[in-house]
Amino acid sequence: MSAQMICRNASLGYEDGIVAENLDFTINKGDYLCILGENGSGKSTLIKAILGLKQQISGEIEWCGDVKKNEVGYLPQQTVVQKDFPASVREIVRSGCLAKCGLRPFYSKEEKELAENTMKQLEIDKLAKRCYRELSGGQQQRVLLARALCATRKMLLLDEPVTGLDPKAQLELYKLIAKLNREGITIIMVSHDIFSAVKYASHILHIGGKKQLFFGKTQDYAKSSTGKLFIGTEMIENE
Amino acid sequence: MSNMEKLRFYFEFPFVRYAFIVGILIALCSSLLGVTLVLKRFSFIGDGLSHVAFGAMSLSATLPVMIKKNALAWSGDEKLSPRMQSVVNWFGNLNDMYIVLPVTLICAILLLRTGQNTKIKGDAAVAMLSVCALAIGYLLMNRYPSRANISGDVCSTLFGSTSIITLKPEDVRLCIILSSVVLLTFILFYNKIFAVTFDENFIKAAGVKANAYNLLIAVITALIIVLAMNLVGSLLISALIIFPALSAMRVFKSFRAVIICSAAISVLCAAFGIIASILYSTPVGSTIVAADLAVFILFSIMSAFTRRVRK
Ligand SMILES: Nc1ncnc2c1ncn2[C@@H]1O[C@H](COP(=O)(O)OP(=O)(O)O)[C@@H](O)[C@H]1O
Ligand SMILES: [Mg+2]
Repeated sequence: MSAQMICRNASLGYEDGIVAENLDFTINKGDYLCILGENGSGKSTLIKAILGLKQQISGEIEWCGDVKKNEVGYLPQQTVVQKDFPASVREIVRSGCLAKCGLRPFYSKEEKELAENTMKQLEIDKLAKRCYRELSGGQQQRVLLARALCATRKMLLLDEPVTGLDPKAQLELYKLIAKLNREGITIIMVSHDIFSAVKYASHILHIGGKKQLFFGKTQDYAKSSTGKLFIGTEMIENE
Repeated sequence: MSNMEKLRFYFEFPFVRYAFIVGILIALCSSLLGVTLVLKRFSFIGDGLSHVAFGAMSLSATLPVMIKKNALAWSGDEKLSPRMQSVVNWFGNLNDMYIVLPVTLICAILLLRTGQNTKIKGDAAVAMLSVCALAIGYLLMNRYPSRANISGDVCSTLFGSTSIITLKPEDVRLCIILSSVVLLTFILFYNKIFAVTFDENFIKAAGVKANAYNLLIAVITALIIVLAMNLVGSLLISALIIFPALSAMRVFKSFRAVIICSAAISVLCAAFGIIASILYSTPVGSTIVAADLAVFILFSIMSAFTRRVRK
């Protein structure tokens, strides 16, 4: 197993205060890490720090192995801008190839083919000409996933990809992500859903109360006090 | 005279032809970028920058008078020294563009920066800058009137009512060069502009220098606004930028179709507006904007209609 990213004692925050501190974890090639935590616990902030969109306050985030800092595919939490954006599915998926272009003004033949093949792989090739804003939530997430896969085949960062989807679409997306993981892509996913996290992920990172409550293998999470506590409360709430 | 004859008569004059060429080019450029600005929630930047351009224009118009007055007051003489006189003349002959363009460019870059900074929110910064520029511009024009008719001057800078008819060949040349630069940049960076507009964070994560492209967008926006000052004046520029984009977005669903449609609407409205303003002697800028508004209403009705039919 080779490490791809190591986060050492990182603290995250904004001008008005610290959001989470003392984060310590390692991501190895082929891992499926699920980041759990309540709303506002700093999951998206952590993702942004990993991506280098937001500088951490202290500590370091080190990239090693075959992935470089700016070589990850990112599935953002849906933003307001995207919702009414006039763009076809093909235009969006192709924009995943942009980093490969450098200063070249137009997409090459290979890049266009990559986009078409990725759309086939995710079964959205029939939607290629459709307008993004008119698709269902699950289809939209597939489009963004296809775009991320055009950017990289090494590591994907997904910020609450299933939020807002109906249960069937959620299940399909989880299965799709698990399949991509089996093909060797490292997955880092933010989620609310403890049960699916425990079911699919290989590792869990739980943030709460501005601290790292747990990091480790999923089997160990279920046995840990944090895991027992949260899995327990979720069960009671679900009953 | 029939309308056709009237048009033929007017188009004999070079300045009318100049106005037509410049008008079409500016309409084309502003509509292309308008789509991006609207989608990025940047449309107010156009407004703010156009007011900055107004301030800079006033500065450039009043600079010779300002220097002269202050120099006279300092020396206490009746007449300017020859050295001073040549400075004043130099500024008097300087094309406004050489002052307006750099000032607007700098402000565009500053505004873009504050947009990312959390201290002063982007829209507040734009509002602040635009009000200040308007106030100072008007103040300068009053304090150092370069011509007798101040309100006429202000009016033409704000509404561009006369300036397009007074274009010199040099202005036309500059306009053609600048708009070619804008067009070429837009075509060469089309894919990048799409991606920064749709999702900046994604392409940053993938290793694309999104901030450089944002800067590029700000620079082109400043260029277009300075160009459009001549056509519609600084109050109506926003309309030129926003309306064609909004109209096209009502009907079309892919980015490329929206861009093409927006450009087509803008060019047609500009041509129509200029011709109508000649035939009915209305102010050019407001006529073009009225045409843009009419198209927007038409497209809104159309999209409401097709949506109902589909349901
Ligand atoms: N741009 C920002 N400026 C200041 N504070 C922010 C910003 N974005 C998020 N926060 C704060 O940081 C905390 C964590 O936010 P976030 O990482 O989005 O949480 P999560 O994704 O876990 O729901 C929240 O308390 C939020 O108010
Ligand atoms: Mg979040």
